[in-house]
Amino acid sequence: MSSLSPGFHGRRRSASLTDRLPPGQYPTESFPVLSAGPTPRVPTETWTFTVTTESGEERAWTWDEMMALPQEDSVHDIHCVTRWSKFDTRWRGVSLDTLLDDVETAAEYAAVHSYGGYTTNMPLEDLLDGKAWLVHTYDGYPLSPEHGGPARLLVPHLYLWKSAKWVRGLRLTHDDEPGFWETAGYHNYGDPWREQRHWGD
Amino acid sequence: MTEVSPHVDGNSLAGPLSDIFSADMTRAWWRCPDCGSTGPLAELHVYGPDPGLTARCAHCSRVALRLVRHEEDTWLTLGGAEGAFRFRTAR
Repeated sequence: MSSLSPGFHGRRRSASLTDRLPPGQYPTESFPVLSAGPTPRVPTETWTFTVTTESGEERAWTWDEMMALPQEDSVHDIHCVTRWSKFDTRWRGVSLDTLLDDVETAAEYAAVHSYGGYTTNMPLEDLLDGKAWLVHTYDGYPLSPEHGGPARLLVPHLYLWKSAKWVRGLRLTHDDEPGFWETAGYHNYGDPWREQRHWGD
Repeated sequence: MTEVSPHVDGNSLAGPLSDIFSADMTRAWWRCPDCGSTGPLAELHVYGPDPGLTARCAHCSRVALRLVRHEEDTWLTLGGAEGAFRFRTAR
Protein backbone atom coordinates (compact mmCIF):
# COMPACT_ATOMS: atom_id res chain seq x y z
CA MET A 1 0.00 0.00 0.00
CA SER A 2 2.58 2.54 1.03
CA SER A 3 5.63 3.28 -1.05
CA LEU A 4 7.53 4.41 2.01
CA SER A 5 10.27 2.12 3.18
CA PRO A 6 9.50 0.24 6.41
CA GLY A 7 12.27 2.05 8.23
CA PHE A 8 11.05 5.47 7.17
CA HIS A 9 7.45 4.66 8.08
CA GLY A 10 8.47 3.13 11.40
CA ARG A 11 10.42 6.17 12.47
CA ARG A 12 7.49 8.47 11.66
CA ARG A 13 5.02 6.24 13.48
CA SER A 14 7.14 6.18 16.60
CA ALA A 15 7.60 9.96 16.68
CA SER A 16 5.09 11.93 18.71
CA LEU A 17 3.05 14.55 16.88
CA THR A 18 5.01 17.22 18.74
CA ASP A 19 8.25 15.83 17.38
CA ARG A 20 6.78 15.93 13.87
CA LEU A 21 5.94 19.65 14.10
CA PRO A 22 8.70 21.90 12.70
CA PRO A 23 9.60 25.06 14.65
CA GLY A 24 7.04 27.87 14.48
CA GLN A 25 4.27 25.66 13.05
CA TYR A 26 0.83 24.71 14.43
CA PRO A 27 -1.18 21.61 13.46
CA THR A 28 -4.45 21.89 11.56
CA GLU A 29 -7.11 19.40 10.54
CA SER A 30 -8.35 21.58 7.68
CA PHE A 31 -6.63 22.03 4.33
CA PRO A 32 -6.38 25.80 3.74
CA VAL A 33 -6.31 27.09 0.16
CA LEU A 34 -3.83 29.88 -0.57
CA SER A 35 -4.10 31.68 -3.85
CA ALA A 36 -1.86 33.96 -5.88
CA GLY A 37 -4.13 34.16 -8.91
CA PRO A 38 -7.16 32.73 -10.68
CA THR A 39 -7.52 28.97 -10.33
CA PRO A 40 -6.66 27.35 -13.69
CA ARG A 41 -9.11 24.75 -15.02
CA VAL A 42 -7.03 22.23 -16.94
CA PRO A 43 -8.92 19.40 -18.65
CA THR A 44 -7.07 16.09 -18.50
CA GLU A 45 -7.70 15.74 -22.26
CA THR A 46 -5.27 18.56 -22.97
CA TRP A 47 -3.01 18.24 -19.89
CA THR A 48 0.66 17.46 -20.49
CA PHE A 49 3.73 17.23 -18.28
CA THR A 50 7.04 18.08 -19.92
CA VAL A 51 10.63 17.68 -18.75
CA THR A 52 13.09 19.84 -20.68
CA THR A 53 16.80 19.19 -20.21
CA GLU A 54 19.62 21.72 -20.27
CA SER A 55 20.36 20.69 -23.87
CA GLY A 56 16.76 21.40 -24.90
CA GLU A 57 15.60 17.79 -25.19
CA GLU A 58 11.98 17.30 -24.21
CA ARG A 59 10.19 14.33 -22.71
CA ALA A 60 6.42 14.79 -22.44
CA TRP A 61 3.54 12.74 -21.08
CA THR A 62 -0.16 13.07 -21.77
CA TRP A 63 -2.57 12.39 -18.92
CA ASP A 64 -3.18 8.81 -20.08
CA GLU A 65 0.54 8.17 -20.48
CA MET A 66 1.22 9.52 -16.99
CA MET A 67 -1.56 7.40 -15.49
CA ALA A 68 -0.10 4.31 -17.19
CA LEU A 69 3.19 4.75 -15.30
CA PRO A 70 3.71 2.95 -11.97
CA GLN A 71 1.56 4.64 -9.32
CA GLU A 72 2.56 5.07 -5.69
CA ASP A 73 0.48 5.69 -2.58
CA SER A 74 2.22 7.62 0.15
CA VAL A 75 1.46 9.43 3.40
CA HIS A 76 3.16 12.69 4.36
CA ASP A 77 3.16 15.53 6.84
CA ILE A 78 2.96 18.83 4.94
CA HIS A 79 4.10 22.24 6.17
CA CYS A 80 2.97 25.62 4.84
CA VAL A 81 5.16 28.70 5.33
CA THR A 82 2.07 30.48 6.73
CA ARG A 83 2.65 28.24 9.79
CA TRP A 84 0.05 25.49 9.45
CA SER A 85 1.09 21.86 9.26
CA LYS A 86 -1.11 18.90 8.41
CA PHE A 87 -0.20 15.38 9.48
CA ASP A 88 -0.68 12.11 7.60
CA THR A 89 -1.97 13.45 4.28
CA ARG A 90 -2.62 10.62 1.80
CA TRP A 91 -1.64 10.97 -1.86
CA ARG A 92 -1.41 8.89 -5.02
CA GLY A 93 0.76 9.71 -7.99
CA VAL A 94 3.96 9.05 -9.88
CA SER A 95 7.39 9.34 -8.29
CA LEU A 96 9.67 11.91 -9.93
CA ASP A 97 12.24 9.11 -9.97
CA THR A 98 10.00 7.34 -12.49
CA LEU A 99 9.50 10.46 -14.62
CA LEU A 100 13.21 11.33 -14.62
CA ASP A 101 14.46 7.77 -14.92
CA ASP A 102 15.48 7.86 -18.58
CA VAL A 103 16.16 11.59 -18.78
CA GLU A 104 19.82 12.29 -19.57
CA THR A 105 20.97 15.33 -17.63
CA ALA A 106 23.91 16.84 -15.80
CA ALA A 107 21.79 19.73 -14.49
CA GLU A 108 21.88 20.67 -10.83
CA TYR A 109 18.62 22.59 -10.61
CA ALA A 110 14.97 22.27 -11.56
CA ALA A 111 12.79 25.20 -12.58
CA VAL A 112 9.18 24.14 -12.03
CA HIS A 113 6.41 25.80 -14.03
CA SER A 114 2.65 25.56 -13.80
CA TYR A 115 -0.51 26.27 -15.74
CA GLY A 116 -1.41 29.84 -14.78
CA GLY A 117 2.21 30.99 -14.75
CA TYR A 118 3.37 30.00 -11.26
CA THR A 119 7.03 29.01 -10.91
CA THR A 120 9.26 27.61 -8.19
CA ASN A 121 12.78 26.21 -8.01
CA MET A 122 14.85 23.64 -6.16
CA PRO A 123 18.01 21.58 -6.52
CA LEU A 124 17.32 18.59 -8.76
CA GLU A 125 18.45 16.22 -6.01
CA ASP A 126 15.44 17.32 -3.93
CA LEU A 127 13.18 15.77 -6.56
CA LEU A 128 15.01 12.41 -6.58
CA ASP A 129 15.42 9.35 -4.34
CA GLY A 130 11.81 9.05 -3.23
CA LYS A 131 11.41 12.66 -2.11
CA ALA A 132 8.94 14.02 -4.69
CA TRP A 133 5.82 12.98 -6.58
CA LEU A 134 3.49 14.19 -9.31
CA VAL A 135 0.19 13.59 -7.48
CA HIS A 136 -3.36 13.48 -8.86
CA THR A 137 -5.30 11.92 -5.96
CA TYR A 138 -5.74 13.26 -2.44
CA ASP A 139 -7.34 11.15 0.31
CA GLY A 140 -8.83 8.80 -2.26
CA TYR A 141 -10.39 11.43 -4.50
CA PRO A 142 -9.22 13.23 -7.65
CA LEU A 143 -7.26 16.33 -6.64
CA SER A 144 -9.55 19.38 -6.82
CA PRO A 145 -8.51 22.46 -8.82
CA GLU A 146 -8.30 24.51 -5.60
CA HIS A 147 -5.60 22.15 -4.33
CA GLY A 148 -3.76 22.05 -7.65
CA GLY A 149 -5.68 19.45 -9.67
CA PRO A 150 -5.62 17.77 -12.01
CA ALA A 151 -2.03 17.25 -10.85
CA ARG A 152 0.43 19.03 -8.58
CA LEU A 153 3.99 18.52 -7.51
CA LEU A 154 4.45 17.17 -3.98
CA VAL A 155 7.80 17.81 -2.27
CA PRO A 156 6.80 17.31 1.36
CA HIS A 157 10.22 17.89 2.92
CA LEU A 158 10.12 21.54 1.80
CA TYR A 159 7.54 24.26 2.59
CA LEU A 160 4.42 23.67 0.55
CA TRP A 161 4.91 26.62 -1.84
CA LYS A 162 7.54 24.39 -3.47
CA SER A 163 4.84 21.78 -4.21
CA ALA A 164 3.59 23.67 -7.25
CA LYS A 165 -0.13 23.38 -7.98
CA TRP A 166 -1.27 22.79 -11.60
CA VAL A 167 2.26 21.71 -12.46
CA ARG A 168 3.00 21.63 -16.16
CA GLY A 169 6.66 20.75 -16.36
CA LEU A 170 10.25 21.03 -15.24
CA ARG A 171 13.21 22.67 -16.88
CA LEU A 172 16.51 21.17 -15.78
CA THR A 173 19.17 23.88 -15.59
CA HIS A 174 22.78 24.47 -14.63
CA ASP A 175 21.88 27.73 -12.91
CA ASP A 176 19.34 28.18 -10.14
CA GLU A 177 16.32 30.25 -11.22
CA PRO A 178 14.36 31.61 -8.23
CA GLY A 179 10.61 31.30 -8.78
CA PHE A 180 7.44 33.28 -8.04
CA TRP A 181 7.74 33.56 -4.24
CA GLU A 182 11.51 33.05 -4.11
CA THR A 183 11.98 36.31 -6.05
CA ALA A 184 9.52 38.14 -3.79
CA GLY A 185 10.96 37.70 -0.32
CA TYR A 186 10.62 34.01 0.44
CA HIS A 187 13.58 31.72 1.06
CA ASN A 188 15.29 30.13 -1.93
CA TYR A 189 15.33 26.60 -0.42
CA GLY A 190 12.55 26.53 2.21
CA ASP A 191 13.44 23.79 4.72
CA PRO A 192 10.72 23.78 7.43
CA TRP A 193 13.04 22.16 9.99
CA ARG A 194 15.53 25.03 9.61
CA GLU A 195 12.64 27.52 9.45
CA GLN A 196 13.84 28.94 6.14
CA ARG A 197 10.86 31.20 5.52
CA HIS A 198 12.28 34.45 4.14
CA TRP A 199 15.44 35.91 2.64
CA GLY A 200 18.21 35.73 5.22
CA ASP A 201 16.56 33.07 7.44
CA MET B 1 -17.90 24.98 -13.79
CA THR B 2 -17.51 28.46 -12.34
CA GLU B 3 -14.12 30.11 -12.18
CA VAL B 4 -12.92 30.46 -8.62
CA SER B 5 -11.32 33.88 -8.22
CA PRO B 6 -11.08 34.72 -4.53
CA HIS B 7 -9.67 38.18 -5.12
CA VAL B 8 -10.45 41.60 -3.69
CA ASP B 9 -9.86 44.96 -5.36
CA GLY B 10 -6.69 47.03 -5.33
CA ASN B 11 -7.90 49.30 -2.54
CA SER B 12 -6.76 46.52 -0.22
CA LEU B 13 -3.18 47.50 -1.10
CA ALA B 14 -3.62 50.98 0.39
CA GLY B 15 -2.52 50.02 3.91
CA PRO B 16 0.53 47.91 3.07
CA LEU B 17 1.74 50.38 0.41
CA SER B 18 1.30 53.35 2.76
CA ASP B 19 4.06 51.79 4.87
CA ILE B 20 6.40 52.50 1.95
CA PHE B 21 4.98 55.37 -0.14
CA SER B 22 3.70 58.75 0.98
CA ALA B 23 1.49 59.21 -2.10
CA ASP B 24 -1.93 57.52 -2.28
CA MET B 25 -0.85 54.51 -4.28
CA THR B 26 -4.37 53.27 -5.02
CA ARG B 27 -4.68 56.25 -7.40
CA ALA B 28 -1.46 55.40 -9.23
CA TRP B 29 -2.12 54.71 -12.91
CA TRP B 30 -0.97 51.38 -14.35
CA ARG B 31 -0.72 50.16 -17.92
CA CYS B 32 -0.64 46.41 -18.48
CA PRO B 33 2.37 45.53 -20.66
CA ASP B 34 0.59 42.42 -21.95
CA CYS B 35 -2.97 43.44 -22.84
CA GLY B 36 -2.54 47.24 -22.81
CA SER B 37 -5.46 47.96 -20.50
CA THR B 38 -5.03 50.92 -18.18
CA GLY B 39 -6.53 52.03 -14.92
CA PRO B 40 -5.82 52.96 -11.33
CA LEU B 41 -4.11 50.49 -9.05
CA ALA B 42 -7.39 50.26 -7.12
CA GLU B 43 -8.90 48.30 -10.02
CA LEU B 44 -6.35 45.50 -9.93
CA HIS B 45 -7.42 42.08 -8.64
CA VAL B 46 -5.59 41.26 -5.44
CA TYR B 47 -5.05 37.67 -4.29
CA GLY B 48 -3.85 36.65 -0.85
CA PRO B 49 -3.17 37.85 1.79
CA ASP B 50 -1.00 34.73 2.33
CA PRO B 51 1.70 33.90 1.52
CA GLY B 52 1.75 37.41 0.02
CA LEU B 53 -0.43 39.90 -1.84
CA THR B 54 -0.43 39.36 -5.60
CA ALA B 55 -2.02 42.13 -7.65
CA ARG B 56 -3.01 41.23 -11.20
CA CYS B 57 -4.45 42.91 -14.26
CA ALA B 58 -8.23 42.68 -14.02
CA HIS B 59 -8.42 41.82 -17.73
CA CYS B 60 -5.61 39.36 -18.46
CA SER B 61 -4.30 38.35 -14.99
CA ARG B 62 -0.77 39.51 -15.67
CA VAL B 63 1.08 40.12 -12.40
CA ALA B 64 1.36 43.86 -11.62
CA LEU B 65 2.99 43.70 -8.21
CA ARG B 66 3.66 41.38 -5.29
CA LEU B 67 3.98 42.39 -1.66
CA VAL B 68 5.20 40.16 1.16
CA ARG B 69 5.21 41.28 4.80
CA HIS B 70 7.04 39.57 7.63
CA GLU B 71 7.65 41.17 11.00
CA GLU B 72 9.55 44.40 10.28
CA ASP B 73 10.14 43.72 6.60
CA THR B 74 8.08 44.43 3.51
CA TRP B 75 9.20 43.05 0.15
CA LEU B 76 7.77 44.83 -2.88
CA THR B 77 8.16 43.46 -6.40
CA LEU B 78 6.89 45.53 -9.30
CA GLY B 79 5.92 43.43 -12.27
CA GLY B 80 6.23 39.69 -12.77
CA ALA B 81 9.58 38.04 -12.23
CA GLU B 82 11.79 41.03 -11.52
CA GLY B 83 13.72 41.47 -8.28
CA ALA B 84 12.11 42.59 -5.05
CA PHE B 85 12.93 45.60 -2.90
CA ARG B 86 13.01 44.98 0.84
CA PHE B 87 11.89 47.83 3.08
CA ARG B 88 12.20 48.04 6.84
CA THR B 89 8.65 48.91 7.89
CA ALA B 90 8.47 48.61 11.67
CA ARG B 91 4.85 48.36 12.71
